[in-house]
Amino acid sequence: MRICRLGGWLLAGAAGAALLSLAVLPTPAQAPAAYKAPKTKDGKPNLNGIWQSNNEANWDIRPHAAYAGPVYTLGAAYSTPAGLGVVEGGEIPYKPEAAAKQKENFTNRLKLDPEIKCYMGGVPRSTYMPYPFQIVQGTGTIMFVYEFAGAVRVINMGAPTKAPADSWMGWSNGHWEGESLVVDVTSLNDQTWFDRAGNWHSDALHVIERYTAIGPDALQYEATIDDPKVFTRQWKMSMPLYRRLEKNAQLLEYKCVEFAEEVLYGHLRKQPLQGKGDSK
Amino acid sequence: MRRHVLSSLFALVATGLLVSAPVFAQAQVAAKPAPAAKAWTMPRTPDGKPDLQGVYSNATTIPVARPANLGAKEFYDSEADKAATATAGGGRAGRGGAARPAADPEGNGLAVHYDTSQFGLGGPTVKRAASLRTSIITGPEGRVPPVLPEVAKAAQERRAYQQAHQWDSAQNRPLAERCITWGFEGPPMMPVGYNSTLEIVQGQGYVAIVQEMIHDTRVIPTDGRPHGPAEIKRWMGDSVGHWEGDTLVVETVNYNPQVVIQGQQVSDAAKVTERFTRIDPDTIQYQFTVDDPKTWVKPFSGEYNMVHIDGNLYEYACHEGNYGMANNLSGARATEKK
Repeated sequence: MRICRLGGWLLAGAAGAALLSLAVLPTPAQAPAAYKAPKTKDGKPNLNGIWQSNNEANWDIRPHAAYAGPVYTLGAAYSTPAGLGVVEGGEIPYKPEAAAKQKENFTNRLKLDPEIKCYMGGVPRSTYMPYPFQIVQGTGTIMFVYEFAGAVRVINMGAPTKAPADSWMGWSNGHWEGESLVVDVTSLNDQTWFDRAGNWHSDALHVIERYTAIGPDALQYEATIDDPKVFTRQWKMSMPLYRRLEKNAQLLEYKCVEFAEEVLYGHLRKQPLQGKGDSK
Repeated sequence: MRRHVLSSLFALVATGLLVSAPVFAQAQVAAKPAPAAKAWTMPRTPDGKPDLQGVYSNATTIPVARPANLGAKEFYDSEADKAATATAGGGRAGRGGAARPAADPEGNGLAVHYDTSQFGLGGPTVKRAASLRTSIITGPEGRVPPVLPEVAKAAQERRAYQQAHQWDSAQNRPLAERCITWGFEGPPMMPVGYNSTLEIVQGQGYVAIVQEMIHDTRVIPTDGRPHGPAEIKRWMGDSVGHWEGDTLVVETVNYNPQVVIQGQQVSDAAKVTERFTRIDPDTIQYQFTVDDPKTWVKPFSGEYNMVHIDGNLYEYACHEGNYGMANNLSGARATEKK
């Protein structure tokens, strides 16, 4: 891969700027092969810990400039910071009608974004929402607990099993490939998004995740996205995840249902709330 | 699927089927702390701790409170004694063998909502730990002690307000109906009317327990850290654990003031201690003590066993599928217009 990248650089130099953007695609998952995580007592890479992304993917997984938030009264505090994006190549290969739906989603995001409603984030979005998550590495299973909405999934590390039905967090079968935890996630429903920009998928979504330690306090996360109903080809996102290093770091509760009730059910109140933004 | 089950449970509650017994108080029981089987040795995780991992059912037919006719009798003498006492004495041994509801007379499909086996209440459908215990609450009284007079008064006032305003808004509905907590996640963790299923995973320095109901997950540190800041009140409290021999001991404080234990809102003084002990290949003995001197006249303790089951936990997307909330509120608004 290194050679490819180097070749890419040379090619880009020779062929001009048109190719540059392709040539410098980040390939982080493959790059840092040198580091080996400390092992658990049963000899597996030790991924235990509380982790969090530190990027702008939850606003938009694609490269984007800063822009105003959807509620003008919140001003600068809740507007969107610019982000380099986490999609390898920068572009999501939507089918034309699917690209149109993304734009619609974005326009109507205040009504449609499942995050606003406190719905579980699904996979991969839960990974890079701006909340920590914890990996509890058991022997036959590995639990991923997410602070947002208390979402959780238990990854089966034994013989792969099949989901009886679709769900918000999907069905996860995992295995080790060298230093990487590889999780095959299927049976995800079509209700979750990739980000606040309305990037979306169908219930045909299939995600293959790789978690690889790249240092004592960082993981490389890579998710291969396949959804033939929505995309013309597979695509990939990748980003580092960082360990929460506070001595007393712990996952706290973000049971957000009560924060979403007014949005979801406020129109059905007996007495309308006095004053906007009051919650009681 | 979930919404059927949820609405069904509410239907049961509404009809009083479940309400009479501190509802879900129906928990189950645990066996006498039986001496471990001869050949069995404690399985351990790679770091040497007792291995509690797996999927468990804490369903039970044992009531939380001991039937009054049993006095101070903490255990039945035998299964035969249990069956006879429960029937003849009018004691409520739990809903385990509860008769199925009548068929659906109007043919509108509602019958399925009263199919107790759907909720794990039917005898044969759910694995339970065998037990001769007469109540989950231990000790000669076998029931949750009374609350302090001022606590009872405040609770009564809350109830009266609630009844007058129960359909005013989503925030006026019970926590379980809002999918905030089911009320049995605890600690202490109590069996629920259905889906009394939980999974334990042990990682380095943590024991994590996910309960199927509302996918509520406790990540309990066992690395010796103290409780978090008292400012941070939590729906499942603030738990820290340690090992005493082969028993996992978990202490929990800092409950959100709306948390309800055994039907009663707890105070900022509430402290719950749980003890998890694996006692045979299939069984974890679960013991708890609730101490809240600002709420109850004295502490109380309970005990039941969890039994290992095959299979998985499934996602209980309570809030995501809570169509009942909007439907109920819009029904209330429509009724007001009549």
